[in-house]
Amino acid sequence: MKTYQLPEVKIERDKDRCIDCQVCVRQCAFEAHIVDEDGEVYSEDEKCVACQRCVSLCPTNALTIKDNKPFVKDNANWTAETQKYIWKQAETGGVLLTGMGNPKPYPIYWDHMLLNASQVTNPSIDPLREPMELRTYLGSKPDKIDIKMVDGEPVLNTKLAPQLMVKTPILFSAMSFGAVSYSVCEGLARASKELGTFWNTGEGGLPQNLYEYGPNTIVQVASGRFGVHSEYLDAAAAIEIKIGQGAKPGIGGHLPGEKVGAEVSRTRMIPVGSDAISPAPHHDIYSIEDLSQLIFSLKEATEYTKPISVKISAVHNVAAIASGIARAGADIIAIDGFRGGTGAAPTMIRDNVGIPIELAIAAVDTRLRDEAIRNRVSVIAAGGFRNSADVIKAIALGADAVYLGTAALVAMGCHVCQMCYTGKCNWGIATQDPYLEKRLNPDVAAERLFNLVRGWSHEIAEMLGGMGLNAIESLRGNRLHLRSIGLSTEEMDILGLQAAGSPMA
Amino acid sequence: MIIDAKGLHYRELNEQVRAAVAEGETDLTLLNVNGQRYIADAIDTPVSIIIEGVPGNDLGVFMNGPSLVVHANGQDHIANTMNDGKIIVHGDAGDVLGYGMRGGKVFVKGDVGYRVGIHMKEYKDKVPVMVIGGKARDFFGEYMAGGTLILLGLDTGGNGQDEIAGNYFGTGMHGGVIYVRGRLDDYQLGKEVKQLELDDEDRAVIRAYVTEFATDFGMDTEEILKGDFVKIKAVSHRPYGNLYAY
Repeated sequence: MKTYQLPEVKIERDKDRCIDCQVCVRQCAFEAHIVDEDGEVYSEDEKCVACQRCVSLCPTNALTIKDNKPFVKDNANWTAETQKYIWKQAETGGVLLTGMGNPKPYPIYWDHMLLNASQVTNPSIDPLREPMELRTYLGSKPDKIDIKMVDGEPVLNTKLAPQLMVKTPILFSAMSFGAVSYSVCEGLARASKELGTFWNTGEGGLPQNLYEYGPNTIVQVASGRFGVHSEYLDAAAAIEIKIGQGAKPGIGGHLPGEKVGAEVSRTRMIPVGSDAISPAPHHDIYSIEDLSQLIFSLKEATEYTKPISVKISAVHNVAAIASGIARAGADIIAIDGFRGGTGAAPTMIRDNVGIPIELAIAAVDTRLRDEAIRNRVSVIAAGGFRNSADVIKAIALGADAVYLGTAALVAMGCHVCQMCYTGKCNWGIATQDPYLEKRLNPDVAAERLFNLVRGWSHEIAEMLGGMGLNAIESLRGNRLHLRSIGLSTEEMDILGLQAAGSPMA
Repeated sequence: MIIDAKGLHYRELNEQVRAAVAEGETDLTLLNVNGQRYIADAIDTPVSIIIEGVPGNDLGVFMNGPSLVVHANGQDHIANTMNDGKIIVHGDAGDVLGYGMRGGKVFVKGDVGYRVGIHMKEYKDKVPVMVIGGKARDFFGEYMAGGTLILLGLDTGGNGQDEIAGNYFGTGMHGGVIYVRGRLDDYQLGKEVKQLELDDEDRAVIRAYVTEFATDFGMDTEEILKGDFVKIKAVSHRPYGNLYAY
């Protein structure tokens, strides 16, 4: 069938600069650059996904990718995108697929929050000269602690639940081997070790060569149970039960058979080429009591030595669900907002289901405090953190730490073209094609991730110092250090924020 | 070694079991078991555990080698994500047996509940096997991705069901094989599977597992094999391959 879909980008090739070296031809897995019989290189706009790989690697800077959205006559309703979707479905009869997080222009509440700083009465602290504590312990805290004196020294007399210690409140979010390449997993694992934080296997299992990074690894148990066995559970520092994902709340995962090559097969423990289907529900979990059963089966399996996390997507009733999860015995609740990324999700679900992480953090923190169970769980927030200011605002709203997914991928080279589901990632990230995957050097990936988190951590320390605080603990849930700007009173109420300009209460 | 489970919370019972296994005990008998969960959870040693009484949910979860014999009914989630070993239940069992089970064997003499064999999968030499002596409820073999399920439909259970299985049989199945001693109506089947006639290889597989099953429960192999078996397999390894617009 002839397609009515129009090119969305225009590839401009400066013929004065182009030397027909064919780098762009070799780099583009979408085959947007072609060499003709005479050795001259030309481009086909409609194949371009705007990942900018060719632009980055062109040795003569001959290429430019420009926005070329089709002109739609006087219409805010029937936009170019709406028309494109209809044509795509009229031509295939299929479900629209996409990758990464929700790109729609919903409010970004981070950009409506302002941080405080000290002046005169409460002096700021210079983190370059004075100690600044970003260390965070993730896990269940006791209702009270009992200290007894032994030989004049205080000794803790309360048995503490297992904790994850992170040197900075930034962890790497679950991204499964299969959805991302092995090099991505290795880069994340090595960076985590260097940074004193954790990466998360997602539900795709732990590749054999990365077992040595177990002390910096959170492993997932999802409905498909891929690669889950006692050795995998033993290797990890913590175990996360995946219930939901911000990009696609309420639906499961589905790794197509063509991405299940030899190494993915070995890691997931399924035959080469077979679909890896993770149903939306765990069929052993139909209630909070059932969730509790799975949590304690994992605690029994690891003899109560590791924190158990439960990851959910941020949905309308997230506060009550989080309360249930805390009461079910989880040590950590990970909440993924609707801007959280994915390797593949139906477009309509990614763009229309779930709520922003900002509102979810505030609602959950408030609810757990109201019920006097906030200490029982740590909260890790996820879903579109773009910079260190987002992170520190999340902690002031009530999160204990954050998960980075998309930002970590961008650090490694991702240009958010949203074509992850095709497996043709030109940056070697969301692919299992050996030719594409080798473009991502794990040494470079680890270094770029380390640098990113190092930079953000310094910025967090600076902002904390500016507020006159010397420990991230002192900011957690301290919403008086935030003020809102340009929000409705309902939104301010949910976020628990006062308006910018109102005095410290 | 004998452990009396009377009045013990599952955490205490399982601590004692793990400690005994760590000390090198190879044969354990648990007396007065009454609903304690997670027995043999993630135990990696091929020990033998005899269970007197009804064990609780998640019997043999993440188990990797032991042999368990239950001289009573079992509850839900037996052999959840089990990797290796064998579980024999001399009575009926509940729902969601063998969820994500990747290896080893589960033999149940009587009837089983809903969603039994869900998401069973196989990998290389790891091929899980489950034989149910009695009848099963809905969603038998749901999402099954590998392994072998055998449903005998004998009058050995207590759930009083007439039909050998419920509805939505093999829904979402995309790997492995199910053998049923009897015929199912087409309306009982999930749309991803079909009933097939046996070949010689199938008959050899059935004979081998039924022989082991009958020996474990003191039953007559030949009498069971007189029944008329049918094979149920997935139509496609990619049941949802054409769902998306690329």
